[in-house]
Amino acid sequence: MAGTLVARARVTRRRKMSPSAFLQKYLGYLMLALVAYWMLTKFIKSPSQFFSAALDGLENGTLYALIALGYTLVYGIIELINFAHGDLFMLGTMMSALVLSKLGVDHSSLTGWLGLVFTLVVVMAACATLNVIIEFLAYRRLRRAPKLAPLITAVGVSFILQNIALHFHGSTPKQHPSALPAASFNIGSVQINQAFLVVIAVTAPLLLLMTFIVQRTRQGKAMRATAQDQDAARLMGVNVNRTISFTFALGGALAGAAGLMYEQTVGTTSYNLGQQLGLIAFTAAVLGGIGNLVGAVLGGLLIGLIQGLNDGLPLLGQLWSQSVVFTVLILLMVFKPEGILGKPTTEKV
Amino acid sequence: MSDVMTEAAGGLMLSIEDMHVYYGNIAAVKGLSLTVNHGEIVTLIGSNGAGKSTTLRTISGLLKPKKGSITFLGRPINGVAGHEIVGRGICQSPEGRRIFPRMTVEENLDLGAFLRKDKDGIASDKERVLTLFPRLQERIAQKAGTMSGGEQQMLAVGRALIGRPKLLLLDEPSMGLAPVLVDLIFDTIATIREQGTTILLVEQNALAALRIADRAYVLESGSLKLSGKASDLAKDPEVVNAYLGG
Ligand SMILES: Nc1ncnc2c1ncn2[C@@H]1O[C@H](COP(=O)(O)OP(=O)(O)OP(=O)(O)O)[C@@H](O)[C@H]1O
Ligand SMILES: [Mg+2]
Repeated sequence: MAGTLVARARVTRRRKMSPSAFLQKYLGYLMLALVAYWMLTKFIKSPSQFFSAALDGLENGTLYALIALGYTLVYGIIELINFAHGDLFMLGTMMSALVLSKLGVDHSSLTGWLGLVFTLVVVMAACATLNVIIEFLAYRRLRRAPKLAPLITAVGVSFILQNIALHFHGSTPKQHPSALPAASFNIGSVQINQAFLVVIAVTAPLLLLMTFIVQRTRQGKAMRATAQDQDAARLMGVNVNRTISFTFALGGALAGAAGLMYEQTVGTTSYNLGQQLGLIAFTAAVLGGIGNLVGAVLGGLLIGLIQGLNDGLPLLGQLWSQSVVFTVLILLMVFKPEGILGKPTTEKV
Repeated sequence: MSDVMTEAAGGLMLSIEDMHVYYGNIAAVKGLSLTVNHGEIVTLIGSNGAGKSTTLRTISGLLKPKKGSITFLGRPINGVAGHEIVGRGICQSPEGRRIFPRMTVEENLDLGAFLRKDKDGIASDKERVLTLFPRLQERIAQKAGTMSGGEQQMLAVGRALIGRPKLLLLDEPSMGLAPVLVDLIFDTIATIREQGTTILLVEQNALAALRIADRAYVLESGSLKLSGKASDLAKDPEVVNAYLGG
């Protein structure tokens, strides 16, 4: 759906510019220039505050990136905007809380670290499995149906996952203890939380592994072939069903990892978390160019950064955080409808 | 082992019996029977919409026949998943080329060998394909989607060859090619057969197809109209009138 919207936007752009479009364009430049100017002045005034805000933003950004990858992987391979993906992440946060509380891990220690690693593995596997099951039950049959059918189904799955969460977790946000170290240290005058380092230490290797799998492995080759032409991939001997399952497993595992990291850094979770974060992560995927893996990561980091700077400096403050993010998205879409790294022909997987 | 069995059965490689294929309620192939023997070039000709591509897609497992049987090397393959049929030794260069446009020529060729594990064998087959189509060698690092139609066609045929099929299905390999390239592609098909690959060829260019084929089947509205030795059909007045523009 977004694909056609994007395409349409591009067509409009090609047409001869009307005076209002001209004005819009320069208004856009003006706003971007203002934002850049504002960032620069803040940076000059107080570099340490700037960096602290930026680091906070990047911490969220890496989580957005992990979730965005799930959207973009699935879109890349079957052109489905998997609306249930954010809710899978939400279930990931709850599973993390559950496993950690069963293990009795609630503070940082050696057993705490082991528990955390164990939980990471369990939650990634669980979310991967769940995502594979969702694809199998809900989307597979609709693969040759008109695009709107699986899209509506995805919305339905999203509600089902939320209801499951509502049933087991209740309707109010719940606080969970964190096993991450609360300590921080300073580099110069910039404060760095140890938790931030843990998030980076978990997400960065995952992102690299992901890229490696898609670019270098046989399975990755099968994914790219399937994304470009399913029947042709079959004629090469690629097991298309298994490849699509694998893609959902990858996306699910990343959502699970993001779930644990979120649960550990933020500490609360709620049944409708997936709607908020899912939408932002989806935006990140579109911002980066949907279907493009590196784009999803860039988009996630960029949105995190914008939010961090807006909240921490403050431009308009936390209350306006979402509006600022989407203003940037809209501006970017005006100039580059296909996203930061998206090719005009929507580069896939 | 199955090869030995079929050799004993008189060189029969592929046999289709009373095959019916539907798209929804619409019958595209109605009761087709045909055979391909080891080492042959068999061509399937017929006008637009006759069901030629449907037949090839069904052999490759992309479509399931509603009725009838397909036997390859003595084993039934109807209902077997498409990717497994490649493993049994059938590769196809499909209608409309269907190359992977955002991959390089080399990546496309490598995908042709997706199921193969023998690195040395793959390397030598790649060598062979690049010798058959020197143009592909020149464009090896180019994104396949940016190549000319003729170059893409060569890639599609080359990609199917690298799977080292026992049976190669070619769906209109000459489509959209300049006359010089048409000759080249037909010469190449003859060469491929000489190198030991059995070929089932679908063509609009019936004249050229009949020239290199051993046997031919003429399909009309999903049913068999005529079949026989290619050289005989090339002289058949009915065929000449309908398909050879005579
Ligand atoms: N995906 C499809 N859905 C519905 N009908 C189809 C589909 N593909 C083909 N057909 C129909 O099946 C019949 C046979 O088509 P097929 O592609 O096998 O013909 P063909 O002999 O290969 O023709 P051509 O020489 O034009 O390629 C045609 O009437 C066609 O309209
Ligand atoms: Mg055809």
